[in-house]
Amino acid sequence: MLLIQCPWCGPRDEIEFRCGGEAHIARPADPTALDDAQWADFLFMRTNPKGWHRERWYHGAGCRRWFNGIRSTITHEIVGFYKMGETPPPLPDRSPASPGPTR
Amino acid sequence: MSGRHQRPDSGRIDRSAPLHFTFNGRRYQGYAGDTLASALLANGVKLIGRSFKYHRPRGIVSAGSEEPTGLVQLEIGGYTEPNLRATQIELYEGLITTTQNAWPSVEYDFGAVNNLFSKIFIAGFYYKTFMQPRSFWMRYYEPAIRRMAGMGRASREPDPDIYDRMNEHCDVLVVGAGPAGLAAAQAAARTGARVILADEQSEMGGNLLTENVKIDGRPGTDWLAHVVTELDSRDSVRLLPRTTVFGYYDYNYLCAVERCTDHLGPKGAPGHPRQRVWHIRAKQVVLATGAHERPLVFADNDKPGVMLAGSVRTYVNRFATLPGRNAVVFTNNDSAWSAAFDMADAGMAIAAIVDRRDTVRPALAERARERGIRILAGTVVTGVTGRRCVAGVEVARLASDGTGIAGGVEQIECDLVAMSGGWNPAVHLFCQSQGKLRYDDEKACFVPGRAAQKQYSAGSANGAFALADVLIEGFHAGISAVDAAGYGATANNVPPRADREETAPLRPLWLVPSTKTLGHGAKRFVDLQNDVTAADLLLAHREGLDSVEHVKRYTTSGMGTDQGKTSNVNTLAILAEAQIKTIPMLGVTTFRAPYTPVTYGALAGRDVGHLADPIRTTAIHRWHVEHGAAFEDVGQWKRPWFFPKPGEDMHQAVARETKAVRDGVGILDASTLGKIQIEGPDSAEFLNRIYTNAWKKLDVGRSRYGLMCREDGMVFDDGVTSRIGENSFLMTTTTGGAANVLDWLEEYLQTEWPTLKVYCTSVTEQWATISIAGPKSIDVMHEVAPGLDVSSERFPFMSFQEGTVAGVAARIFRISFTGEVSFEINVPSYYGLAVWEAVWAAGEKHGMTPYGTETMHVLRAEKGFIIVGQETDGTVTPIDLGMDWIVSKQKDFVGRRSLTRSESVRSDRKQLVGLLTEDPKEILPEGAQLVFDPSAPIPMPMCGHVTSSYWSPNCERSIALALVKGGLGKKGETVHAPLIGRTVRATIVDPVFFDPENKRRD
Repeated sequence: MLLIQCPWCGPRDEIEFRCGGEAHIARPADPTALDDAQWADFLFMRTNPKGWHRERWYHGAGCRRWFNGIRSTITHEIVGFYKMGETPPPLPDRSPASPGPTR
Repeated sequence: MSGRHQRPDSGRIDRSAPLHFTFNGRRYQGYAGDTLASALLANGVKLIGRSFKYHRPRGIVSAGSEEPTGLVQLEIGGYTEPNLRATQIELYEGLITTTQNAWPSVEYDFGAVNNLFSKIFIAGFYYKTFMQPRSFWMRYYEPAIRRMAGMGRASREPDPDIYDRMNEHCDVLVVGAGPAGLAAAQAAARTGARVILADEQSEMGGNLLTENVKIDGRPGTDWLAHVVTELDSRDSVRLLPRTTVFGYYDYNYLCAVERCTDHLGPKGAPGHPRQRVWHIRAKQVVLATGAHERPLVFADNDKPGVMLAGSVRTYVNRFATLPGRNAVVFTNNDSAWSAAFDMADAGMAIAAIVDRRDTVRPALAERARERGIRILAGTVVTGVTGRRCVAGVEVARLASDGTGIAGGVEQIECDLVAMSGGWNPAVHLFCQSQGKLRYDDEKACFVPGRAAQKQYSAGSANGAFALADVLIEGFHAGISAVDAAGYGATANNVPPRADREETAPLRPLWLVPSTKTLGHGAKRFVDLQNDVTAADLLLAHREGLDSVEHVKRYTTSGMGTDQGKTSNVNTLAILAEAQIKTIPMLGVTTFRAPYTPVTYGALAGRDVGHLADPIRTTAIHRWHVEHGAAFEDVGQWKRPWFFPKPGEDMHQAVARETKAVRDGVGILDASTLGKIQIEGPDSAEFLNRIYTNAWKKLDVGRSRYGLMCREDGMVFDDGVTSRIGENSFLMTTTTGGAANVLDWLEEYLQTEWPTLKVYCTSVTEQWATISIAGPKSIDVMHEVAPGLDVSSERFPFMSFQEGTVAGVAARIFRISFTGEVSFEINVPSYYGLAVWEAVWAAGEKHGMTPYGTETMHVLRAEKGFIIVGQETDGTVTPIDLGMDWIVSKQKDFVGRRSLTRSESVRSDRKQLVGLLTEDPKEILPEGAQLVFDPSAPIPMPMCGHVTSSYWSPNCERSIALALVKGGLGKKGETVHAPLIGRTVRATIVDPVFFDPENKRRD
């Protein structure tokens, strides 16, 4: 179970949260201006990276706030969370690390 | 007690505390400190059960949680539990246990005929044998196999025990209290860090209870007592004996089950929890989980009396129990020699030590000679004699290439074979934590490689088998972990020391040759629990199964309650030899939680019965109970379903209630409807974006029905929302959808439109809602709210007023879900019951009838009103529902663009229609599939399904709503519902069955 650092409440168990999928997919300002393919791209298409991923989280059983975070889809390492509307920090330029010792 | 040591002071059993127990109806005696396994062995009981597939006699193999065959059914009635390892059941007075999987008895088991037909029960036999005819599988094959190839049986009675759950945090969690774990815990605890030490056994100490060793110059058990006392004296340390850490999840979250009172018996500790599941979040983890000894794969290696050498040593030293009188030791490494010496010193005859290695370390040979033990080097056991239990072995010289035997076969009499094929570190938790294994060629086992979490492996769990190394590794793991957790080292921390004993390397022999080729003659078992032989593995290989995961599922090797703790590496090695690959090239099967089986009772904890899920009741609930309501669960709410009068069934009650509402007046508790207060200057703009229809020009005091879609255009929720003030709205949602709708509104406000000034608050539980409906509802309103003008001119349909009802300030809404004149009275929940009772008192003389959800459903279906989640299922658009009148063409809203997608405008989408059956008395079952052509060949093309279906007393016939492909354009056409044994014809009609002109509601 992930330990998630809610920017409002501090570290809490994953069961208090819901993951809202890929972050920074803005709803188009004028949907009628899009053709079917463009609309489908907004509606259905998401990246599925192996590695760092910016995604949305919702603290439903806590402060009921949405926020963004950067998580490794390989190791679940979370490098940080930032509030909605804040400038997204750059992705780490290292590969996701194992926190344990190496032999 | 023939199987006990004569020396009265040996072992960890308490001879002053005799305990009596029953196995298969016979009474036996053991002592406090015994396990069921040690007590059975001490009483000379070797035959414990019958095997899974062949019903071969099986006994006890190990002394720990890896036990594959010593499984029993413990206790009776509600307390019974199947598949428990006799090696882990602590003896208590009056314990009752029986054999599993044998009929009529374990000695004379009818199922043993399976052994004669073993050519059928080869790898993948399910897939090969029971395929034809296909219809026989469900009716004949599967039930028969389930009866024959069984494990134990679950209780059919409710679980009488209680279970607990604890959440805990610590700096360092140490798993396993053998020498490594104790050294780690001691080192960590001395810094003052919060330490938890969990161990699955009744007594901490691990291998120190098995081997006679010296630590820091004194007996190992003295050191053990000293360390446990020291740890116990610290407030920052929690000792958890009888606790198995069974799951290792992300971010050092581990689950452990503590067997709190199992050792006291079913009624030994009334009021106390039987087991407790610990949910532990640890900053650092030390895995000191020890190692499991590997069996050797030789002919008839499954006979009762063939045991693991280290486990025999445990029985001899810890339990003062002799599992045999005359043993042959069969090994490929030095550890079994030490076991043999302890066995001999305890009074057991050792007929021979059979070592597959050609040379024996001189020190070992010398100690064997001192005890008069015969040494057979370069020799293997090629067979076991004896009908039910071991009576002797056959041995032969191993050919120099290791694949065959050289020379003749010698018979040696014995009643016990103590085997050792080397040791596997217990890497289960390490692997669950996503750590990567590394294969150690010299030790011939997998050891922890790269860890994936904040965790250290130490001792034999890390492949360090010598005690001196175990202690140093444990100590350093403890220091490293506590340092990483933010505590410095303390001055008095020095590692415990033991003398280093020289050992010669192990030499693997994965498949021991016999006098016959594999697949002929006696079976060589790899997985004892699932009856998988080496021949089965090679057959799977010949049939092209290369992946270890596939082989596992095809042969069942490594499945079952033990998940292959003793068999997995042997399986891999035999497969690797067959594929001419190395063992690491094959890799291992995935290790998954739980490490050992955990009961559902423990996992459920206190979340059972009325605590399984919260029960929500309205402010008026007590009245419903007092008036005999039958209740329906709607989400977590208890809602009155119908109010039967004496002698009425549901059908009669609903018929009476539906007539009463249309002809007089009915009263309904609608408090469970979701209510969301929406405040802020941009509220109207927000609703305009969320709902499909227009909201900005709604006047204060007016209400409007709204439909919400998801962005994909599918209907998500509906309800009536009213403008309370310029910047204030009260939204109602479906009962089940309230929480989801609130989340949905928050998501759009916070992530898409953060500049909108809107605030949403759930007020569902703050307001009680009393709905009165029917032509006489106006008369009732006159009485309970005399100051209110309820005429249609002053109080039109779809408006609301604030006023006083029964002396309580209320909001009254003129809205209708029945099609009748209807008032929804909202009062603060605190006054809900009082106002309801006042309305009831006023209404009784008008013939007011309380009604429930079933009548509400019938009334709304008569009017063709949808219920989200019944007429919709996440694939239905407003257009599909024929509700294009509510979809604005002028503005954007969530889901709008999707309504013009090519998929959404297809003419053959399933669309909402009404259905009238040809026979008006026929009520279609809800969910019935519909076809256009009932004579089409099976499988018939289906065109839709029935979503709602009722007897309508007001229409005096049955009515149904359905989703039918292209249904909006098929009014007047016929569809068919093929049911079991008959087909029902129905005509597609408009979904409004009653008062289509809406004359009644205004």
